[in-house]
Amino acid sequence: MTDVVSTTPGLFPLPDWAKDELAGLKGRQKGGLVSGDESPAITDAYERAREEVVDRQTEAGIDLPVEGQLRWDDMLTHPLAVADAVETRGIVRYFDNNNFYREPVVTDDLAATGDVAHELESAADHTDDGLNAVLPGPYTLSQLATDEHYGDSAAFLSALADFLASEAEQFPDVETLFLLEPSLLESPPGDGPDERASEAIDTVARAADADVVAHTYWESHGGDSGIDEKVYAHLMDAEVDAVGFDFVASHEDNVYVISEYGAKDDVALGVVDGQNTLVKDADEIAERVEWTLDNAHGVDFETAYATLNTPTFYLPSGKFDEKLAALGAVERTEVKA
Amino acid sequence: MTQRPADNRAQFRPADHDNDHFLLTTVVGSYKKPKWLDRARDLFEDEDTNFGEEQWEEATDDAARLITEEHERSGLDVVVDGEMRRNEMVEYFAERIDGYEFNGRVKVWGHNYFNKPSVVDEVEYGEQWLVDEFEFTDAVADRPVKMPITGPYTLASWTFNEAYEDDEGLAYDLAELVNEEIEQLVDAGAHYIQIDEPALATTPDDHAIVGECLERIVEGIPEDVRIGLHVCYGDYSRIYPEVLDYPVDELDLELTNGDYEQIDVFTDPEFTLDLAMGVIDNHAGHTESVDEIKENIQQGLKVVPPEQLTISPDCGLKLLPRETAYQKMENMVQAAREVEAELDAGEIDVPAAGETASADD
Repeated sequence: MTDVVSTTPGLFPLPDWAKDELAGLKGRQKGGLVSGDESPAITDAYERAREEVVDRQTEAGIDLPVEGQLRWDDMLTHPLAVADAVETRGIVRYFDNNNFYREPVVTDDLAATGDVAHELESAADHTDDGLNAVLPGPYTLSQLATDEHYGDSAAFLSALADFLASEAEQFPDVETLFLLEPSLLESPPGDGPDERASEAIDTVARAADADVVAHTYWESHGGDSGIDEKVYAHLMDAEVDAVGFDFVASHEDNVYVISEYGAKDDVALGVVDGQNTLVKDADEIAERVEWTLDNAHGVDFETAYATLNTPTFYLPSGKFDEKLAALGAVERTEVKA
Repeated sequence: MTQRPADNRAQFRPADHDNDHFLLTTVVGSYKKPKWLDRARDLFEDEDTNFGEEQWEEATDDAARLITEEHERSGLDVVVDGEMRRNEMVEYFAERIDGYEFNGRVKVWGHNYFNKPSVVDEVEYGEQWLVDEFEFTDAVADRPVKMPITGPYTLASWTFNEAYEDDEGLAYDLAELVNEEIEQLVDAGAHYIQIDEPALATTPDDHAIVGECLERIVEGIPEDVRIGLHVCYGDYSRIYPEVLDYPVDELDLELTNGDYEQIDVFTDPEFTLDLAMGVIDNHAGHTESVDEIKENIQQGLKVVPPEQLTISPDCGLKLLPRETAYQKMENMVQAAREVEAELDAGEIDVPAAGETASADD
């Protein structure tokens, strides 16, 4: 019997009032974005927004709430954007989406800031449930950032892994840590880099005092639409408790690799579409979870995290709330697996 | 059967142009709205006021006149109205196309949002999009007017798709609607159309879908109507040289923001379209000096000879304060005129001229 636990990969949309208030306080240009030393008025606005989205998850019945990552103006590169050894330069496109972030350029030795740990401490004030912490995976971060200091891609990846590990070491008590690794599909590492990507994830996972999920999402650009088999085989060597899959983008291919290469004891099932406004109800979500567990032949999971497949900063707030409510209702719906 | 690129550039050269060389100066389209127009929109959208359709129309007419004249004053050869009637490049069109609905704002970057619409049914032509805008601007302007129009691939990509099997099918249906709109604009006298496709160069193989869309868009549009394609913030190596086969006259590119890192992409094979090149950064508050812009313009001469070069900002200027945007445009025009004079005097090398000397044949 698999324990189905609902959570999300975070990076929520700001509540509409906070969109307006923060645009007023920060402006709409590159220069006003979060740098780690915001004014008291900006800090206060984020604090109120954070409380609201944590409460919203509790009301929805989400088992493991996230902090929401509302301050992450630069999406997954936020931990770098607030670090000392990083310059934020021109805006660049975020994967293949209509989103942009400031290019983070690493110009010196990276050192942890405790910025994400601080956010988690603030979120913990608003909930009695265990938190799900969120960080970019080291491989994805290496794809989104520019190195002008470490010299080669292997050294850069390793430095990013150490940086994220020391951020994770500062976390307060959290239940789980989702390491978001869309680049494992979006720009899959080839021979050599695939093994190093797994080692880098391992470095971060070992530093975290929590169950760690290496969460992958989006369609692969590497061939089949699911995760590349070799990339997955290497990922299985990392000391993570679960791998997360995007079952919205590709269910057959992901089920195939699970059946073919086995899986960790736990799994994250991205079964709710974080990138479309079409809302599926709790029964449909529960069916997706069941289908996946039934079709992962030869694997019995202890815990299955039922989750949105992707971060949701790109959804309108109203539709996001509806999706959260549907996902939160899943555990109360019967899941036979 | 029409052929593009077509010889349709000369009609935009002002009669009183001083230099022998002519670098066509224009802008991408959007411009900062006057604060009073934002207030007027708030009133218009507030049901508790008596600010109605008629008042809103008067306000947008006033803004369009003001900004069109501001563009003319800066010296641009081809002007726009700064898209004063449009709230956003996808939203504005989605509001006029049947099959769309709106669910609220989504983030683009930082604190810039748009009401990303959802397609919930097959799209159909609803109310007219841009004909009134063109007729008004054309009546105000002494200079020729360019009409920017959001392309079908971008309209499809930046929509939540709840109704179509895939975005490709949606894009082709939208392309038919864009074609219908351009036919109406041409009937109204428009001679310069710019298809905005910022979603291009973001996904592998998207160039094939955009190519198919463009074939549908230009169907039946005469060659003396100049068709430009604007692309920005993408990986251009993904679309070059494939874009050379597109049925367009001009490719308009953002290049300043990336400090011309991608310029070499376009030098091989030979660039056979006209190049409209971004020479000022619309996301930087600092105003580039005339000398800086002149250096940027010379980046373009690595790719095409002056006869094929159009000078433009990277993208729409709507996020810049008006004074800054105006100063940038004025400096841009002055830089173009100085480069023309230096070209006339033979003081500037044209690296691209060797291979493409016959491009204006």
